[in-house]
Amino acid sequence: MRSLRKLSHDPALAITVAVIFALLGLFIVYPLVRVFVTSLFYRGEFNPKYFIQFLHRTYLFRPLLNSLTVGALVAGIGTTIGFLFAYAVTRTDIPGKPLFRVIATFPVISPPFLLALAAILLLGNHGLITEYFKLRWDIYGLPGLVLTETLAYFPLAFMALEGVLASIDPALEESALDLGASKVRTFFRVTLPLAIPGIASALLLVFIRSLEDFGNPIVIQGKFQVLTVQAFLAITGMYNLPLGATLAIVLLVPTLVAFLLQRYWVGRRSFVTVTGRPSGAALRRTSPLGKTLLLGALGLISGVILLFYGLVVYGSFTRLWGVDNSFTLENYRYVFSTGAEYLLDTLKIAGVAAPIGGVLAVVIAYLVVRKKFPGRGAMDFLSMLSFAVPGTLVGLGYVLAFNQPPFRLTGTAAIIALVFIFRRMPVGIRDAVAMLQQIDPAIDEAATDLGGGLWRTFRRIALPLIAPAFISGMTYIFVRCVTAISAVIFVVSAQWQLITVALLHEVDNADLSQAAAYGVVIILVVLIAILLLDQVLGKLLLRRYGAHR
Amino acid sequence: MPTGELFLDGLTKVFRGRREEVVAVDRLSLTVEKGELVTLLGPSGCGKTTTLRLVGGFEDPTSGDVYLGGQRITHLPPQRRDTATVFQSYGLFPHMSVYENVAFGLKVRRLPRGEIKKRVKEALELVGLSGLEHRPPGQLSGGQQQRVALCRALVTEPRVLLFDEPLSNLDAKLRVETREQIRRIQKDLGITSLYVTHDQAEAMSISDRVAVMNAGRLQQLGTPYEIYAHPANQFVADFIGRANFLPAQVVGADEAGLSIRLAGKEMVVPDPGGFQPGDPVVAVVRPEAVDLVPPGSGDVDGVIVFPHYTGSRATYRLRLTTGDLLEVEVLSPQEKGFLGEGDRVGVSFHRKSIHLLPPDA
Repeated sequence: MRSLRKLSHDPALAITVAVIFALLGLFIVYPLVRVFVTSLFYRGEFNPKYFIQFLHRTYLFRPLLNSLTVGALVAGIGTTIGFLFAYAVTRTDIPGKPLFRVIATFPVISPPFLLALAAILLLGNHGLITEYFKLRWDIYGLPGLVLTETLAYFPLAFMALEGVLASIDPALEESALDLGASKVRTFFRVTLPLAIPGIASALLLVFIRSLEDFGNPIVIQGKFQVLTVQAFLAITGMYNLPLGATLAIVLLVPTLVAFLLQRYWVGRRSFVTVTGRPSGAALRRTSPLGKTLLLGALGLISGVILLFYGLVVYGSFTRLWGVDNSFTLENYRYVFSTGAEYLLDTLKIAGVAAPIGGVLAVVIAYLVVRKKFPGRGAMDFLSMLSFAVPGTLVGLGYVLAFNQPPFRLTGTAAIIALVFIFRRMPVGIRDAVAMLQQIDPAIDEAATDLGGGLWRTFRRIALPLIAPAFISGMTYIFVRCVTAISAVIFVVSAQWQLITVALLHEVDNADLSQAAAYGVVIILVVLIAILLLDQVLGKLLLRRYGAHR
Repeated sequence: MPTGELFLDGLTKVFRGRREEVVAVDRLSLTVEKGELVTLLGPSGCGKTTTLRLVGGFEDPTSGDVYLGGQRITHLPPQRRDTATVFQSYGLFPHMSVYENVAFGLKVRRLPRGEIKKRVKEALELVGLSGLEHRPPGQLSGGQQQRVALCRALVTEPRVLLFDEPLSNLDAKLRVETREQIRRIQKDLGITSLYVTHDQAEAMSISDRVAVMNAGRLQQLGTPYEIYAHPANQFVADFIGRANFLPAQVVGADEAGLSIRLAGKEMVVPDPGGFQPGDPVVAVVRPEAVDLVPPGSGDVDGVIVFPHYTGSRATYRLRLTTGDLLEVEVLSPQEKGFLGEGDRVGVSFHRKSIHLLPPDA
């Protein structure tokens, strides 16, 4: 009551909060509701028949089981590999650490399904190894999926765990050693237990990403059906909206559970406290045996990653992979002539979505961290919800929600941009929230106290101080526009296409060389975008605002 | 009815946690007159900073109201209240120069450029920061940063200046200098001020009146002299300076004062009012209001159980023959000779300094 009355005396805040809730409602909640409703109706009548039949029909039940199997395997293996890399980088003195760090983060900025493409180039029916050794195996299905998704998503575990391990005070381990514990005992009794919440969090993150992955399975799943692809096929192949919606909802259950566990349970259990004081980086001398083993493991995995991306580059210069591997530039000529339209559309949409999403993310973060208003918790939850909602569900929701008046958007560039903005905003929000929490609230309060209203305080005080989060949020959205597929594949149209979709078409046509060329161009665009945003825009903002820092 | 420049009317703030409710401020009413400096003094967690934040508009009260110049401002956001705060952590804008920091509030008010320049210059002169206009705050010393914060708040000429433990990040010597400077500027400009601190020496030296708080409640409001000489209860007596609490009994009353029996001896002390012969009372005895005399020649004898020497003074803890413990402070102990553990001494109470309180229920 009282807070509502206070809000009425701060119209700028009241209007901003109302507008953001309207946007979150329209572009996050409403599409989800549409999918729910669609899943419950069959031929115009209330009849949740696919839910009712779910446990009895293999074609419904099997994909769920398969998705969960892949998710569990990828989470387990991916987190283990991520921990190895993180431990090696933060806690040992093995050589080549900067290189390992780059290799372990690279898959994050590339389209994940490039790894599936590479796996086929190497191990598919016409793969290099398959042909050379005259093997008769089948990479399609579970093995291929686990292999490619593990390589694609272990970097998430690595990045999360690197942060966790880096912030464990080395004094704790030194105390254990000092008290006479062996290195092995110290690892198992001190380091590992302290990292457990981080490990749990990494497991859940990778699990979610594997479950909602669409790009790898559509390329390499073969007859091994997973939920995302089945939902997509139900809609685009069978035009069975209730079936597609039901599968998408079923997919939401495990991802949402994992998300809530990660956010509200594991998050609370963290032993790691950020003190803001730099912890003395303690580099322990590793025993030669340990060093050799770690180097071997890291080298092997890094080798595979390099080999995979190298293959994509190599493949892009061949005429027709597996049939005619002679050198050609034809694929690139094609990308920059026929494919130029895709590339331009992608860049235009990314160029619009990135700044809008970046601004929206920092505004929401600012409101949630610094302002008091009714519904603050709800805004926080809604804006982060996209982390948990699979792209398939989002894409389907947008098609259902925006294909008729009053919100007719299908076929436009706007619907594609909106998907990216609201789906990828959480990363920007999270970064901005983290930065804001490091900044003394008194700085903000002082500005308000001196008469600065919401927007002046935000523009002149908060934004300059969190500019790096703004840029990283924007970069992330831009990169995803160029590399993501699962949600937008539902909303692309003849008028507006994306380069990732073009790549998938070539895989469909079995022209792997052409697909590889698209892949190389995507990676180049991403690298250039990151460089430009970080170096040029970052420097500009810093010069404007950060001169005194 | 709202009175005074700043009036807090039954302010209550309850923080609702997951499992428990914390009453941070409990039905606090307080008036600050125009041009007056009132200090909120109390131990950590007593609700003094929360009270200040309620006045500044950074927290919303659970109930009660804040009036500024007779106007109710309870529902106004901070930017629409004519208050300015000097924050404990200063809250200086790290990406702006000293000049830009101080000019911020004036720019918000859309003052003409020339006027802003003039006022910033004057304000910086007032706090002795001329010449540092173009420095970023990060390059200043703690004391200088503190003065930028003060300057930034002063320059907007607010109706009420709010200080949130402004000196807690300075070293002891600088703290004394700065508090004198704050008091001088506050008096010269006649700015109504509410000042939060947990340091009783700071509160005593800087304030027109002190509001002693504990557990969210106002314990006593009065001049520094009143709260020290006539504490309203044992908490105030104990928190402001040091105090011995000795059991006593009222035995009679006349124009000269109340007769009480203290440590087996009858004596006449000032009458705080409200006591009848026969009432049990607690005598508040300040450690400095006691003389040590040869054994047998004072009001009561005692044995020193813990001597403590700090240079300018000696503090002795005594076990009286009545069994009570008594802390005694002796100035310039060099003159009188330092006593040791186990020494037997006589104790003579300063009658006029004894303050009577009802025994705690």
